[in-house]
Amino acid sequence: MKSSSQPPLGTPLHDWHVGRGARMVEFAGWHMPVQYTSIIQEHRATRAACGLADISHMGRLRFEGPGAEVFLAELLTRRVADLGLNQIRYSLVTNEDGGILDDTLVGYYHNAHGQPYYVMVVNAANRRKIVDWVDAHLPPERAEAPGEEVVWSDVTRLWAMFAIQGPHAVDVVQPLVDVDLASMKYYNGAQVRILHPAAQRQGGIISRTGYTGEDGFELSVGATIARGVWEALLEMGKPFGAVPTGIGARDTLRLEAGMPLYGHELSETIHPFQAGLGYTCYLTGYDFPGRDALKRLETEPLQSKLVGLELAGRRPARGECPILAGSEPVGRTTSGTYSPTLEKPIALGYVRVEHAEPGTELTIDVRGRPAPARIVKLPFYRRKRCQEPLPGTARRPTHQEGS
Amino acid sequence: MTPEELLYAKTHEWVHVETGPSGAKIATVGLSAFALEVLTDLVYLDLPEVGRQVEAGASFGEIESVKAVSDLFSPVDGEIVEVNPDVAENLQRLADDPYGAGWLVKIKITDQSGLSQLLDHAAYQKQCEEEMEEG
Repeated sequence: MKSSSQPPLGTPLHDWHVGRGARMVEFAGWHMPVQYTSIIQEHRATRAACGLADISHMGRLRFEGPGAEVFLAELLTRRVADLGLNQIRYSLVTNEDGGILDDTLVGYYHNAHGQPYYVMVVNAANRRKIVDWVDAHLPPERAEAPGEEVVWSDVTRLWAMFAIQGPHAVDVVQPLVDVDLASMKYYNGAQVRILHPAAQRQGGIISRTGYTGEDGFELSVGATIARGVWEALLEMGKPFGAVPTGIGARDTLRLEAGMPLYGHELSETIHPFQAGLGYTCYLTGYDFPGRDALKRLETEPLQSKLVGLELAGRRPARGECPILAGSEPVGRTTSGTYSPTLEKPIALGYVRVEHAEPGTELTIDVRGRPAPARIVKLPFYRRKRCQEPLPGTARRPTHQEGS
Repeated sequence: MTPEELLYAKTHEWVHVETGPSGAKIATVGLSAFALEVLTDLVYLDLPEVGRQVEAGASFGEIESVKAVSDLFSPVDGEIVEVNPDVAENLQRLADDPYGAGWLVKIKITDQSGLSQLLDHAAYQKQCEEEMEEG
């Protein structure tokens, strides 16, 4: 599915990463930093203080015009026509069979002239696929229908994006922006002015979202000012213990938080109900690809479902390990790693529902050797909150980012 | 032992050969600082049992970091006669003192021919530099 003739892209911070001595890897068609120091240290720094990550590889698609609202409502599983100003929702994109094409965030904003637009954030690995999917569903007759025009663009290369995550995220970012971050609700955002000369009087978009299970923000700024803003963030974050973090730590953080990663927990052969993402599917509003299939699937009993596993030994399982009840195969892992917070190996996987209750003792076949494991409720890690949970986070705040 | 006095496999194990009290040649084997640097974030070490027969170039165990699993390769044919009892439970020891307290196994050599494949410290350094450039 990858166009292998295309050399990997560099983010606007590429030279900074290399200059900092980051270990670079090719990921989803991009050169990305895996780690600057140690994955475990970067992980712990995010949970204890603040971790900054370059997430400019994520695809960003911008939609505007009088027809944009209905177009997105007819493309996405989630209800989006009633998004409030500066509100963001986690949604899936499904195919006609209800299989998951991508998991995305979609946000609704007004530009400087008060005109509405949407930003959809997609996984880097799926950008080409989703762009083609949008194209296929937006022929010129539709895009140019009088009074219902839809104008859209892939702004991925134009905007850098950073994740600032951790208990000190508000402290680190607040001096940089002209909106009050402490009172910004989870899954809300805003257009901001960046209050630093490095921003050259440009602004950005910030949202209280993330892929770590910590409080934090995701900030998009123009690619040309990216490095200056990034360096300013790190400088201002130093007293709070802010450090740059690579995609190695992003994977261990999101796994502890029980958040799915496309290509692992989510794929075209997985439907939302198996993944515990039924809440992202609004089946009684607009018709979207897969809605009818999902209506059927919703009524059928689940055969298997996504679960979390804690391993009893010290040997980590990875993805694609068979899961057994006694000697009977009952599922497979989709991701696994060592959890720096729990100090033990953890894994996500799909297991037949009869064996999927928390507390169930199973065995994971790790490269031919049995590793005892136990199903636990997700998330593995939940941060301490001072305020009560915000709307939309009732179960687990699984939402996309994809590292 | 200092790193300069050791021999190295291309697969980054270090080797120190001495003659035991019975006259048998014993190879102490560990992992180089370079290899540990590349791994970082050690999370698991799988070492063999005493008595296990090993072959030159074949895997005798595994070391795992957050991101990857790597085999440990035996430099010689022989038998495992001693396994470091502390290091699997205390991976920090391996990272802190790879050439001393971080030794992994001792092998009673049954066939020395594997030793001729090993690099001296200067040759090993050169290999590491080349790997960094390719990296």
